[in-house]
Amino acid sequence: MSRRKREKHHAPRKYASSPVTVSGPSETAPVLEPGHTFASVTDKISSIVLTRKTSRGWIFGFAVAFTLMMAFLYATAYLFARGIGIWGTTIPVGWAFPIVNFVWWIGIGHAGTLISAVLLLLHQEWRTSINRFAEAMTLFAVSCAGLFPLLHMGRPWVFYWMFPYPNTMDLWPNFRSPLVWDVFAVSTYFTVSILFWYMGLIPDMATLRDRTKSRIGQIVYGMMSLGWRGSAAHWQRYEVAYLLMAGLATPLVVSVHSIVGMDFASGIIPGWHTTFSPPFFVAGAIFSGFAMVMTLMIPLRSIYGLEDFVTLRHLENMAKVILATGSMMFYGYAAELFFAYYSGNEYERYLAINRILGPYGWSYWALIACNVLVPQLFWSERLRRNIFVLFAVSLIVNVGMWLERFIIVIVSLHRDFLPSSWRMYYPTVWDFTHLIGSIGLFFTLLFLFVRLLPVISIFELRSLVHETDEEA
Amino acid sequence: MGSPAQSESLYGLLAEFEQPEEVVEAARKAYAAGYRQMNAYTPFPVEGLSQALGQKPTALPWLVLLGGLLGGSAAYYMLYYASVISYPLNVGGRPLHSWPSFIPITFEMTVLGASFAAFFGMLALNGLPHPNHPLFAVPAFSLASRNRFFLCIQVRDPLFQLEQTRRFLEEMAPRVHEVQP
Repeated sequence: MSRRKREKHHAPRKYASSPVTVSGPSETAPVLEPGHTFASVTDKISSIVLTRKTSRGWIFGFAVAFTLMMAFLYATAYLFARGIGIWGTTIPVGWAFPIVNFVWWIGIGHAGTLISAVLLLLHQEWRTSINRFAEAMTLFAVSCAGLFPLLHMGRPWVFYWMFPYPNTMDLWPNFRSPLVWDVFAVSTYFTVSILFWYMGLIPDMATLRDRTKSRIGQIVYGMMSLGWRGSAAHWQRYEVAYLLMAGLATPLVVSVHSIVGMDFASGIIPGWHTTFSPPFFVAGAIFSGFAMVMTLMIPLRSIYGLEDFVTLRHLENMAKVILATGSMMFYGYAAELFFAYYSGNEYERYLAINRILGPYGWSYWALIACNVLVPQLFWSERLRRNIFVLFAVSLIVNVGMWLERFIIVIVSLHRDFLPSSWRMYYPTVWDFTHLIGSIGLFFTLLFLFVRLLPVISIFELRSLVHETDEEA
Repeated sequence: MGSPAQSESLYGLLAEFEQPEEVVEAARKAYAAGYRQMNAYTPFPVEGLSQALGQKPTALPWLVLLGGLLGGSAAYYMLYYASVISYPLNVGGRPLHSWPSFIPITFEMTVLGASFAAFFGMLALNGLPHPNHPLFAVPAFSLASRNRFFLCIQVRDPLFQLEQTRRFLEEMAPRVHEVQP
């Protein structure tokens, strides 16, 4: 069936029934490979959790991730014992690796909500196969992100001072500070992400409860399904709640990284003090989040044989989003330079020159290569469909986005207004342990998730089968 | 004719269908026949099923609105109370009631309140968690989370007559199960 005909056929149907092949040339790959039934998608996805034996690859991967997580815990224990002097963080670079890592992780954590909520509202059905995984990724990335400001506090055991609560000191947090807004934004984001993710899991927990043969599985999945029976009344409220949550999460996801941007924008440091920070940060978050989803999805789909559900179409669409947001990043970098020139402010001008030609100039050129030049490959349709290119570019973008935060935080700070206070920043082994260890924590959680919970939303896939059938 | 004793030992009759369209059609017919105490069970949300069963649209959106308003107004009041009443702090002569800087937290708390209302409101209205249910005792019902569609007419429906209702369902569905309470 031609694309036009299909669209026409579909036009009168309402919500959640946009044409399954939306864009692109006539030979777009399908969202779901043909030949699947309600039963086959259910069995395929639930078997990954229920019947498939734990593979050696999984055990090996989990062991590596777990070891790195232990390194993280070791470094953290040492940090608590000795204080943050073990890091390279020193004035004038008072916000160093921990804040770079915080912003990097929280940016990665934006793709999940974006894919689940925004694409749901935009009727992009291709989201169905990747939303569950992306949501889980969001949760784990935000967990990693949340740890860094806590560790960076120096006295993390009094972290609750950031929250307004009746206290004997008779004090309140400074509610006019973006740093306090950040506490609210990140904790709200984490909470809402958990609720949204868990809500999506409830019907699938019921599926696993009904499929599993083990007693423990029946009890655990049974408890987690909360007694879901899939009644028409349940589904009706469920769909309303899901849609409303998506509508709430959409402005939330924009607000979170905007507020992270304001953390910087409200400081007077050249390179931070710009009004365009919030939207620039949001674009960067989408860029890095999609790159991370792609980095993880490409191996996952081939290991678990999910090529029928996560098709080339998904990867190609994600590549297009990366290309679009990458171009926004390019605009951002260009605007930064223009503002520096046009402001006439010598500190701003010096900052721009120092970024490009200063002692950390290599990081700027690497950033341009990673975030601006490399994603341009995705203009080519052939390269967008090449798994190796997709994987390589997504890794490069992840590195590029880390570098961007490095440049914003560290390069801006190391030379501010007064040359007598300039100093180079050198990370220590503990800085790197915490960075790599947090990646270990992220992958540990991800490995457990892949093993214990359905990586693709089964009930939404059944809906997709139904719609695809109707169309045929 | 089901005697009262017979009916009391039942929760209802459960008809099993293979296609989503069939259960919608059956629900429509059952509603037209006057049955009200019934529900359908499907592996995914089926369009039009709830309306066919004569269920009213949920009041959940109002709950969510309420949750959002509560969250937002509580947050704003807290910010106002802290900054103006409890701990007024003069920073460079700026107004104590600096509402623009209160917006982000008010917004976050609005979203949080509304999300809590959406999630817990959905569970509460659905009567969840509810770990066990008479339907779970029917072996075939485990397919309600895979590829089968069910319509259950409950005994407490005033029109329920064991034989008649069974015949009514059997006309539409190949398999009809008895559900013990």
